[in-house]
Amino acid sequence: MSFKKISKTQPANFVFDKDNLIEANKEIKKYPKERKASAVMALLYLAQKQNSNWIPLAAIKYIAKLLEMPYIKVYEVSTFYSMFNLSPVGKYFVQVCTTTPCMIRGSKKIVEVCKKNISKHQNELSENKLCSWTEVECLGACVNAPMIQINQDYFEDLDEKSTEEIIMKLLKDEFPSPGSAKNRKSNAPERGKTSLLEVKNA
Amino acid sequence: MLRDEDRIFKNLYNDLGWELDYAIKRGDWINTENIISKGREWIIKEIKESELRGRGGAGFPTGLKLSFAPKELGSRPHYLVINADESEPGTCKDRDILRFEPQKLIEGCFIASYAINAHTCYIYIRGEYFREGQRLQSAINQAYEKKLLGKNACNSGWDLDIYIHYGAGAYICGEETALLESLEGNKGQPRLKPPFPALVGLYGCPTIVNNVETISVIPTILKRGAKWFASLGKPKNTGTKIYCISGNVNNPCNVEEEMGIPLKELIEKHAGGVIGGWTNLQAVIPGGSSMPLLPKNICETITMDFDSLIKEKSGLGTAGIVVINKDQDIIKCIARIARFYKHESCGQCTPCREGCGWMWRMLERMSEGESTYKEIDLLHDVTKQIEGHTICAFGEGASWPVQGLLRHFRKEIEKRSHDEPIIKKKSNIPYLIDQHLLEKDNA
Repeated sequence: MSFKKISKTQPANFVFDKDNLIEANKEIKKYPKERKASAVMALLYLAQKQNSNWIPLAAIKYIAKLLEMPYIKVYEVSTFYSMFNLSPVGKYFVQVCTTTPCMIRGSKKIVEVCKKNISKHQNELSENKLCSWTEVECLGACVNAPMIQINQDYFEDLDEKSTEEIIMKLLKDEFPSPGSAKNRKSNAPERGKTSLLEVKNA
Repeated sequence: MLRDEDRIFKNLYNDLGWELDYAIKRGDWINTENIISKGREWIIKEIKESELRGRGGAGFPTGLKLSFAPKELGSRPHYLVINADESEPGTCKDRDILRFEPQKLIEGCFIASYAINAHTCYIYIRGEYFREGQRLQSAINQAYEKKLLGKNACNSGWDLDIYIHYGAGAYICGEETALLESLEGNKGQPRLKPPFPALVGLYGCPTIVNNVETISVIPTILKRGAKWFASLGKPKNTGTKIYCISGNVNNPCNVEEEMGIPLKELIEKHAGGVIGGWTNLQAVIPGGSSMPLLPKNICETITMDFDSLIKEKSGLGTAGIVVINKDQDIIKCIARIARFYKHESCGQCTPCREGCGWMWRMLERMSEGESTYKEIDLLHDVTKQIEGHTICAFGEGASWPVQGLLRHFRKEIEKRSHDEPIIKKKSNIPYLIDQHLLEKDNA
């Protein structure tokens, strides 16, 4: 259960734009007709995408109407899951994994870099309002620890220097190229493979 | 060591390309209609004979699970749900299957759906794996184009649709009933069992929930035969497994190996050894954060399979191996895991909701050297009060790592603890009215 802060300033209205409405209907069609509620998470994602990475209460009301669900149920879902932001975050939202496998490979240093370059505390916008950062639980790339997620992309095998470079780019409104900072190939051992040495497509 | 031709996931490092054309060259979707034509009983019998056990953590026999679905299609449709909500700290195997071997998963979904009479399959991917989900979606689209999915899929006469559903960052949704709740559009809080999902699952219909890796190995088992699969590994712990080796090793990596491989061999051969040498090893978490850690002396000889690890009061879990060397503070490491569980508890059962926070705070105090000897037993008591008193297995998952720490590193905690502070220090505490009673002269 994560602690959620709901933004004090809220837009009065929210409706899906044309493209998102088409997307939303596609999502609803994935599920049986009388089970529209299943699409609630997908629709919350769409709302989050449309409203610069956070969900206003108006969108929750709108989705509740669209899916014929009680408002409180959609509210419940949006507060339960940690990936739904209920207050504004930066255009570039940096999530630093700090769970044990990342911690023992030095995620503390990554946090320090974020504190130094983005903002003193997590969930605060940087001075130029572009970036914000937060500590999160395991992101499931433990073999490439330490790592961060920026918006939807993973940045892996980091150290202080490479993290600083990434964040400097973000602050200049550029998106760095995702993947391993050491140019390592996916999850293979860094210093040479130990298996699948001579496998070819038959 | 496993020979390369016996490895199931040949594209684990994406050297060969993930696209459908390359996957077919590797043998996916070959003879699939043949397998289907042999019928449901044959498929389930073959999986039972291969002794495949679920790769998601609990190690439940897969063939048995598939056989729990009602044999005949009644008034309610059947569903197959794939659990790709991989969130266990230390584990990142499913991510590689989704990225690099998506056709193995899709083919497995097709065969398993046929075996349990399901026309619809949902793949529940954790929300953070957005790129992996996109990759899987394009693989599914490729399969639809080649008529391997959809109406009369793969010319077998069976209709199948596969949909992706994204989670949104809740660890608990990896628990099968919580996953179903989440899929229905509720918050992910586990249901009471029984009734089991095989009879009352998604939308109240019979549902089989399986891990990504389990489903992905099924096509290869059926093509190469149950005997081949059962010949690998150990009896009752057969086949191959993707191990994720992370933490203080020189070459952290994912590798597919036989079940029952010695842990030391895995670390030395594939992961390039412990940082600072084997003597610098402190402990290993063998199966994702939920499993109790093992100290160095057990790591010397332990083999990685379900039954050997249970004997050492740990478990294989998801085979996410986290290596911790002597440069790390072991109490801090487990305290961080406790914080993870405190954050991820769904809040439904009181012992878990309150207890996880309690364990975390106590461990933090212990790592700072602020605890008393009494608290060590108190902590053990707290873990025992969580374990077995919750709806789902999260309670066990949260309390086992702490129990493991107490079992193997009690001395380390004792070293940092002290007696009741008031008696020992005899400090002048202003709010204590009976201060004079503590002073020696007045005693």
